[in-house]
Amino acid sequence: MKSLYTWGGILVVVFFSVVGDVVLARAMKQVGDVHDLWERRGLWTVIGRTLGNPNFFFGVAAMALAFFSLLFALSWGDVSLVAPAAASLTFIGNAFAAKFFLHEKVDRRRWIAAVLVAGGVALLAG
Amino acid sequence: MTFRKYLVLAGVTVFAAAGDSMLSHGMKQNGSISVHHLQGVIAAVLNPWVAVGIVLLLAFFASYMNALSWADLTYVLPATSLGYVLLALVAKFALHEQVSPLRWMGIALISGGVSFVARGPALTAHPHPEAQEDAQETVVSAAAGGAKR
Repeated sequence: MKSLYTWGGILVVVFFSVVGDVVLARAMKQVGDVHDLWERRGLWTVIGRTLGNPNFFFGVAAMALAFFSLLFALSWGDVSLVAPAAASLTFIGNAFAAKFFLHEKVDRRRWIAAVLVAGGVALLAG
Repeated sequence: MTFRKYLVLAGVTVFAAAGDSMLSHGMKQNGSISVHHLQGVIAAVLNPWVAVGIVLLLAFFASYMNALSWADLTYVLPATSLGYVLLALVAKFALHEQVSPLRWMGIALISGGVSFVARGPALTAHPHPEAQEDAQETVVSAAAGGAKR
């Protein structure tokens, strides 16, 4: 029963992290290339456009929820399971979400990278 | 990819690793915080290690947002995962902690993943509506500039 809670907690953390990353990525694509924008319009336009983008706030809110659910999950399960499992599943979840929601071209090279990094993170933190 | 963009990716990597380790160091000096003693949070924030850690994590967030404005999420995440490797190396060589063979294997896997993604393109070529507007504006102003010349 305890492990069910732990894995449930891990999945909630992964869900909010993936939502946060994807929504923030969308927000920044809507803002546009920050380097170009800075050169043409100045820093204040970059800051104004970023803070004026509703997706930016949704993304930050999702990240905050991910952080607090991580705290809950850590109180249910061991840190040596929860932290690496959440981090490495987030890499895989992000690859799927970026493909379907951001329409990024996740080719074989990127799948291999996501799986290698996810495996590496699990080994490092485990 | 310009030099400046590589610098931003390096910033994401280094700021995250440095910020996390400073926060962790500061919080260990401070002792645990409980919901019933919230004044502990204020004491924690006033700890110089924690304060610098927070500033570094803000710098991480700014460079992460910067990177996401010109590169795909599935490029930025693996490319900046070298931070995990950096942390392990700092643990080994600066803090003289034991790094187990399993962890070295983890370092190898992450480095392999990074080299895989770094050889590909950073951004999927599909114009976003807003970015497109900007791009058209640039083309128009460039054309106007060209006409003047």
